[in-house]
Amino acid sequence: MSVAPVEVDQPEQDEVVKEDKPWVTIVWNDPVNLMSYVTLVFQKHFGYPKEKATELMMDVHHKGRAVVSNGTREEMERDVAAMHEYGLWATMQHDE
Amino acid sequence: MVAQFRRARKGGISVTFGKAEARVLRHVLAEMLELLGPAEEADADPLAAIVGIGTATSVPEDPALARLFPDGYHDDPEASADFRRYTEPDLRQSKRAALQAALDSMGEPGDRVELSTEQAELWLRALNDTRLVLGERLGVTEDLEALVAGLSEDDPRLGLFWVYDRLTYWQESLVQALMGHLHLG
Repeated sequence: MSVAPVEVDQPEQDEVVKEDKPWVTIVWNDPVNLMSYVTLVFQKHFGYPKEKATELMMDVHHKGRAVVSNGTREEMERDVAAMHEYGLWATMQHDE
Repeated sequence: MVAQFRRARKGGISVTFGKAEARVLRHVLAEMLELLGPAEEADADPLAAIVGIGTATSVPEDPALARLFPDGYHDDPEASADFRRYTEPDLRQSKRAALQAALDSMGEPGDRVELSTEQAELWLRALNDTRLVLGERLGVTEDLEALVAGLSEDDPRLGLFWVYDRLTYWQESLVQALMGHLHLG
């Protein structure tokens, strides 16, 4: 599955930033959240076009989970917190 | 007729709940506020509370609350505990605010409710959180119809399934109305 990188202005990267970069936010399937709602959340929060948001939603639905964003640990903490605010079941982890 | 959220002609979203619908909805939204508990933890460190740091470090025992406040890391309890201390108070506050905003905008039973897009988004979260809690309590699965069909006629949960179903219908209509705004804007 392909994931567009989160678009941020990257300053000159030093070693620390490089090491801290590959984190991902994962959204997990659950029986309550509506497919239309999950798509809307992906569009609104990540700014993804409807096609990409729908594709990610279908991945969550059929595969049980999908990587919805990647970035630094701090960026992923913001994404996970936002997903929890929307009631989506999301976690973050270091992408290995 | 079941109420439906619609895009209003002059922008924003509107809905007119039936009087009975409005009463039931008020009741479940108020119960949600009660479940979430007071905004401030009674025994919180006042300084920590000011900067929004909580004391809870593990997932709530009540499965419904656990669904609203899940761990932030899949496989790292220590990081999850830290994440929770820094995010849970704000998350609780935000969920309470959405529920309260929905309640405040309802007016009298039978009133036409007119919402800005921002208010409608708070409604969306409030309805979703309410469905998450009810869904957890009812043991909802993806095949809801089969689940309900398998219940005996005197199952005490039947009434709540009806409420859950109605909330789902409302939320779906609200998502569709907001999608329309998203495409326009």
